[in-house]
Amino acid sequence: MCPSDFPDCECGTTDTLHPPTEQHRKQSISVPSVTIRFVGDSGDGMQLVGTQFSDVSALMGNDISTLPDYPSEIRAPAGTIAGVSGYQVQFASSDVFTPGDEVDTLVAMNPAALRANLASVRPGGHVIVNEDAFTAAELKKAGYQGNPIEGESLAGYRLVKVPIDRLTAETLKTSGLTPKQIERCKNFFSLGVICWLYDRPLEPTLHYIDAKFGKKLPAVAAANSAVLRAGYDFSETAEFFPVQYKVDKAKLKAGKYRKVTGNEGVALGLVTAAKLAGKQLFYGSYPITPATDILHNLADMKAHGVVTFQAEDEIAGIGSAIGASYGGSLAATGTSGPGMALKTEAIGLAVMTELPLVIVNVQRGGPSTGLPTKTEQSDLFQAVLGRNGECPLPVIAATSPSDCFNAALEAATLAIKYMTPVVVLTDGYIANSAEPWLIPNISDLQPIKVQHPTDPATYHPYSRNADGARPWAIPGTPGLEHRIGGLEKQDITGNLSGDPANHHRMVQLRAEKVANAKPAGAPWIWTGPESADLLLLGWGGTYGAIKAATLELQAAGVSVAACQIRYVNPLPADLGDALKRFKKILVPELNLGQLVMLIRAKYLIDAIPFSKVRGQPFTVSEIVRAANECLQGKHPVIFNDAPAAVATSEG
Amino acid sequence: MSNATLPLPTLKPADYASDQEVRWCPGCGDYSVLAQTKKILAKLGVERNNTVFVSGIGCSSRFPYYMNTYGFHSIHGRAPTIASGLKLARPDLNVWIATGDGDALAIGGNHMLHLIRRNVNLKVLLFNNRIYGLTKGQYSPTTAKGTKTKSSPMGSLDAPMRPLSFALGVGSTFAARSMATDVKHLEYVLERAAKHVGTAFVEIYQNCVIFNDGVFESMSEKDLKADHTVYAEHGKPLVFGKNRDKGIRLNRLVPEIVNVANHPDEILVHDERESTSAQAFLLSNLSQPDFPEPFGVFRAIERDTLDALVYDQIHAAQAAKPDAELQSLLNGSETWVTA
Repeated sequence: MCPSDFPDCECGTTDTLHPPTEQHRKQSISVPSVTIRFVGDSGDGMQLVGTQFSDVSALMGNDISTLPDYPSEIRAPAGTIAGVSGYQVQFASSDVFTPGDEVDTLVAMNPAALRANLASVRPGGHVIVNEDAFTAAELKKAGYQGNPIEGESLAGYRLVKVPIDRLTAETLKTSGLTPKQIERCKNFFSLGVICWLYDRPLEPTLHYIDAKFGKKLPAVAAANSAVLRAGYDFSETAEFFPVQYKVDKAKLKAGKYRKVTGNEGVALGLVTAAKLAGKQLFYGSYPITPATDILHNLADMKAHGVVTFQAEDEIAGIGSAIGASYGGSLAATGTSGPGMALKTEAIGLAVMTELPLVIVNVQRGGPSTGLPTKTEQSDLFQAVLGRNGECPLPVIAATSPSDCFNAALEAATLAIKYMTPVVVLTDGYIANSAEPWLIPNISDLQPIKVQHPTDPATYHPYSRNADGARPWAIPGTPGLEHRIGGLEKQDITGNLSGDPANHHRMVQLRAEKVANAKPAGAPWIWTGPESADLLLLGWGGTYGAIKAATLELQAAGVSVAACQIRYVNPLPADLGDALKRFKKILVPELNLGQLVMLIRAKYLIDAIPFSKVRGQPFTVSEIVRAANECLQGKHPVIFNDAPAAVATSEG
Repeated sequence: MSNATLPLPTLKPADYASDQEVRWCPGCGDYSVLAQTKKILAKLGVERNNTVFVSGIGCSSRFPYYMNTYGFHSIHGRAPTIASGLKLARPDLNVWIATGDGDALAIGGNHMLHLIRRNVNLKVLLFNNRIYGLTKGQYSPTTAKGTKTKSSPMGSLDAPMRPLSFALGVGSTFAARSMATDVKHLEYVLERAAKHVGTAFVEIYQNCVIFNDGVFESMSEKDLKADHTVYAEHGKPLVFGKNRDKGIRLNRLVPEIVNVANHPDEILVHDERESTSAQAFLLSNLSQPDFPEPFGVFRAIERDTLDALVYDQIHAAQAAKPDAELQSLLNGSETWVTA
């Protein structure tokens, strides 16, 4: 039987890559899932076509997961490896948990993009290149000796050479656009090609083009639309593609969906929390990659009464939020690791003054400036432990783009209930990735109870309720004038106190308040049995890869379960007991082993780290392999060229 | 005393005092600032419950504890950030910042810059004693060069900055200077500041009796003061001296001291409303020992405040979308339904 994608082929060849025959041509094949990666120069508009393709797939009812991957330079030298920008999307007829390990179809707009991404393509996958870009000069910039699209070097792939530059120019020769403007349309040609190959309608994209350019730049809108159609028609007519692929609708839970990124989710979670609390939302922040989109999103919500303040620095971002919280707003600040470091002292002030505050850290590669546009999970210690003094606060880690909404909403709920700052940890991966989101109905959500005292006779600034929270008295209330600040306070009265016993008591009260804080949502997400040979224990944004790996292992008969922690501080109340029901515990993390150290310290359990610190999320296969190695008694290591996470003693 | 359901009775200065014991050193200039502040608040009928004093860290930043208003003693240098957020969230409140030369100009210099530039409607009391007091006597950003302190045993090397030049340089709409010992003048300046709409930046010379005693002596001692200070009053010539015989005039762009009798029509007339701030900046550059130290309101102009502008935008956005519903925001532009 034909080993290619053609299930009913009777060609008799055993060559995986046998050329299309008449029999194959214009067939349509259903596949369960496809991963496509659009790559080009950072000025080529690959993020746009990737996003647009994802939108269309989501609208068609597929489950999707996306991964934008772009350089930190806005415009690195054109044609170089450093300037390559990519956008990967997996879309499927079943649940999707990651943007895909291996690429089925790569669209490469130039040699550098091909060179930087070829390794991600599965053997036999499509490699669609813009052949006009494979000139001597471009090949040299990419570091190629010869021309990879000539000869046999890509023989293991289905290479499709499309003269995108020429066909785009040809399509637009009477458009009246300048050569530069025409050049900018070519990304839509590649989108047209892919839309045909995967049987996607053009209408949503045409609608998008019209909405974006139609009014202001009608000529540009017409050109992009024409080029999109040209790409589609080219694929239909030309014989490059023997077959069209179909990915059926996914069976998602019934309801109304939209596509959401993690940063959008955070913004929507915060504004929803404010609404549920009957509060104005105040967001004080300083631009920082990859958190800035939260500020952008909230700045555009003025009609909902949201006050955004682009501060002069990270400290002012949180300082303004603390001031707004003191004034009675639901206040939040957002940043990434280096900004979190700058906010540290002010977080301590919020802990000491016991004011509600949501602090979002969209983690990126560190330390220092690190890898600004890449993902990492290395700020767990910073969030949980990284302050002077005994300075506890709840920490919630979002597990997916849509879960960022929940995490932000829960953080606000806890902050108000317990009068405490709460950290939300997301990461560059889930912040920029997108997935379908079952849109919550506002009327189904629980209101957030807020109490502001008004009775001077019973008011004491540092008295506590049953949850250990002090009263949130706000300026303007007659008779409740009081002073708060960073100096230690006397229990109940809130007057300054340097008394040793009082300080010990206050430290304990603050610690107990956080330790006893009840989760406002799921503290963890379990996949699989309560007891097994192996537990994959993760936290936050690695949820998708760990879940997919667990399902794959279970299908292969491995005794395994997964637990993804959302509440990293305080840890889920039953975690210690739950861990005892597994023979082995493997902790995959995008750091050198932070959760695993907390787990080992707290529960005296021999949990094993599995570390990856490469600026990229886990692939499913990496976790599957690590799990198998762990069950074989090895300490799994991510790649052979990476040092072991924990130095092992001799012998 | 106060009753939430009735209008507050007219308050006396003492009604603004909290029950906390004031713990500044005996003879500290801060006492006078506290007293004059209470006095003008009482005079202006400011409601205690609608007033917040925010401070950073330092001797002067203890100020909020001694006021029976709302108060927030924050962290070093960051009072402008907290006060800005508070005012943006609650434009209805009277927000004051109590800060010192180290707090406002060293660790908090960046925040002060942006507060003034944005013209947030709040008042800044900058207690300038030209020394770090709370940490026991190190040179500050305003300490005269060559001053011997514990951290500069051979004399400080940093050139001091002029807080009012700084404030004017970043667009201050209200910049003034007074002196803790000059009770009447301080009261006048504070009252002007309280009435200003926008960031009112008030530098107050205040003697640290422990670590920098006498640094303002030439400006405060009775027999020296008249010859070493000049009081700027809007619309009046800059005349000073025991006999009011000396004045300041401009020689091209350079100020110089002349005898008033010889140049009666050339004496610079103070204009606090001058649009470019050039004259106020020039005034802020004059200092002892070459010139008399200027006091008064250097600049007082009207400009939109950030808090007003922020709500203008919000109200405009709300007016443009009167039916903005959160549910439609959550739905976004593209949705699909699965059965």
